[in-house]
Amino acid sequence: MTAYQSLPKPVLLRRRGVLPGFGLSLGLSVLFIALVILLPLSALLLKAAQLDWPRYWAAISDERVVASYRVTVTAALLASLGNAVIGLLLAWILARYDFFGRRLLDALIDLPFALPTAVAGLTLSALFAGNGWIGQWFAPLGIRISYTYAGIVIAMLFTSLPFVVRTVQPVLMELGEEYEEAAAALGASRAQTFLRVILPTLAPALVTGTALAFTRSLGEFGAIIFIAGNLPYETEVTSLMIFMRLQEYNHGAAAAIASVVLFAALALLFIVQLLQARLPRSHSH
Amino acid sequence: MRRPAGWRQWSLIGIGVALIALLLIAPLLLIFVKAFGQGLDWFLHNLGERDMRRAIGLTLLAAALTVPVNLVFGILLAWCVSQFEFRGRRVLLALIDIPFAMSPVVAGICYLLLFGIQSVIGQWLAAHGIRLMFAWPGIVLVTLFITCPYVARVLIPLMQEQGSSQQEAALMLGASGWQMFWKITLPNIRWALLYGAVMTNARAIGEFGAVSVVSGSIRGQTLTLPLHIELLHQDYNTVGAFAAATLLTSFALLTLLLKSTLEARARRRF
Repeated sequence: MTAYQSLPKPVLLRRRGVLPGFGLSLGLSVLFIALVILLPLSALLLKAAQLDWPRYWAAISDERVVASYRVTVTAALLASLGNAVIGLLLAWILARYDFFGRRLLDALIDLPFALPTAVAGLTLSALFAGNGWIGQWFAPLGIRISYTYAGIVIAMLFTSLPFVVRTVQPVLMELGEEYEEAAAALGASRAQTFLRVILPTLAPALVTGTALAFTRSLGEFGAIIFIAGNLPYETEVTSLMIFMRLQEYNHGAAAAIASVVLFAALALLFIVQLLQARLPRSHSH
Repeated sequence: MRRPAGWRQWSLIGIGVALIALLLIAPLLLIFVKAFGQGLDWFLHNLGERDMRRAIGLTLLAAALTVPVNLVFGILLAWCVSQFEFRGRRVLLALIDIPFAMSPVVAGICYLLLFGIQSVIGQWLAAHGIRLMFAWPGIVLVTLFITCPYVARVLIPLMQEQGSSQQEAALMLGASGWQMFWKITLPNIRWALLYGAVMTNARAIGEFGAVSVVSGSIRGQTLTLPLHIELLHQDYNTVGAFAAATLLTSFALLTLLLKSTLEARARRRF
């Protein structure tokens, strides 16, 4: 996500005044960030702060809301763990093997980022419904995917699919095959090479990609509401709870729940930025 | 990279291709199959509906306003953080990531609370006859919030890597600041800029969560294409919903095509 942390510092840095436009560009950027990002954020925090503690606590610890935290967090965990495995596999074959159609597959990986989430939700729900192309194979086994918890996991898996691939793939490309060949020459088995040589090297990128996928899944809304079924206590995600509080004109409660989501997202963002700062070091030696 | 050999490698590729076929290619095919499922006439009829045309127009308007604003902001921010060292630079870099991490619904509610009729600003605006929420300006504003990191994040690493020697040389040879910008800076970043614009546009066209909070979902007035899909889906108009989806999907495929072409060029230094 933040590639600039890994780059060398530009030569001119610290010699302010040679190039023009510092005041203008900084001033307008700060103004934009203040108006577009910080002002709306402060409106949310102000609204949440207007509630006294018992009402704030009641809003965020409502039984149905707590159930939505559980649904959101566990589904996001499952989806990002699934993506860690799938993403590692896809990154591996895309980085290591030259086969027919590789470039097309490589370009397709980004589809979930380019495709609007509403389209993703609409399509996945039809695909995994009992009579859908994929759902029909599960229906005889008594497994329903669309309009259940499994549907939420599928929607999250789809919308955050590119993250792991796109963080692991460049590291794999850079790593080359020398390490594996060296390990094999020294008598390591395939499993040993993978577990002792490849996985530790990939670990920072893999963890970062998975954390990004997790963050994205926590906030996902568009794809999920089409496929989730949205049953109270069972298949309601937290974003939907916020939305429902708004429709009940209970802005205070909506702001309170939104503030919980916001703090969780900011904490995750902070962790991801720390992880990313470690990325270049870990694969340069 | 090598040609795969042996059953292990081929089966790995097989599993990967099967996953992509199930998760990515099957949905793509399904969209078009469903949209044309009852013939081309019905597909075209759905696209010609008044509400659909309005939704398409509103979506294009939001993107047309968001992309240029974010291009200007992206260049300004990238310029100051990539060419100068100053106190608070890292804070600025962290702040710009916030819209990426935030749930779109939370972004929407932030704007609703700031400009909605219950707020101080909202009441002042209402007294002056200005309506931002549940109207198109609100949709544009939240889209701006959601998409504002893209251009800056593409430009910053590139401009840091390019450094400033060319720009300095231009200045020493007597160019003015604007001449330097138009003749050196802008040509150097043009592919990255285009790449950023493509990504901003894709997100602006497809945004759902944030827009659905501030739009008020007034049929034929404040529905963007993604919101219109939801409405058609609730009306059990499958062909209509998927017809709208084909438009967005075609845009997404075009985005992927542009992305893979531009990515290679944007990475080139000059």
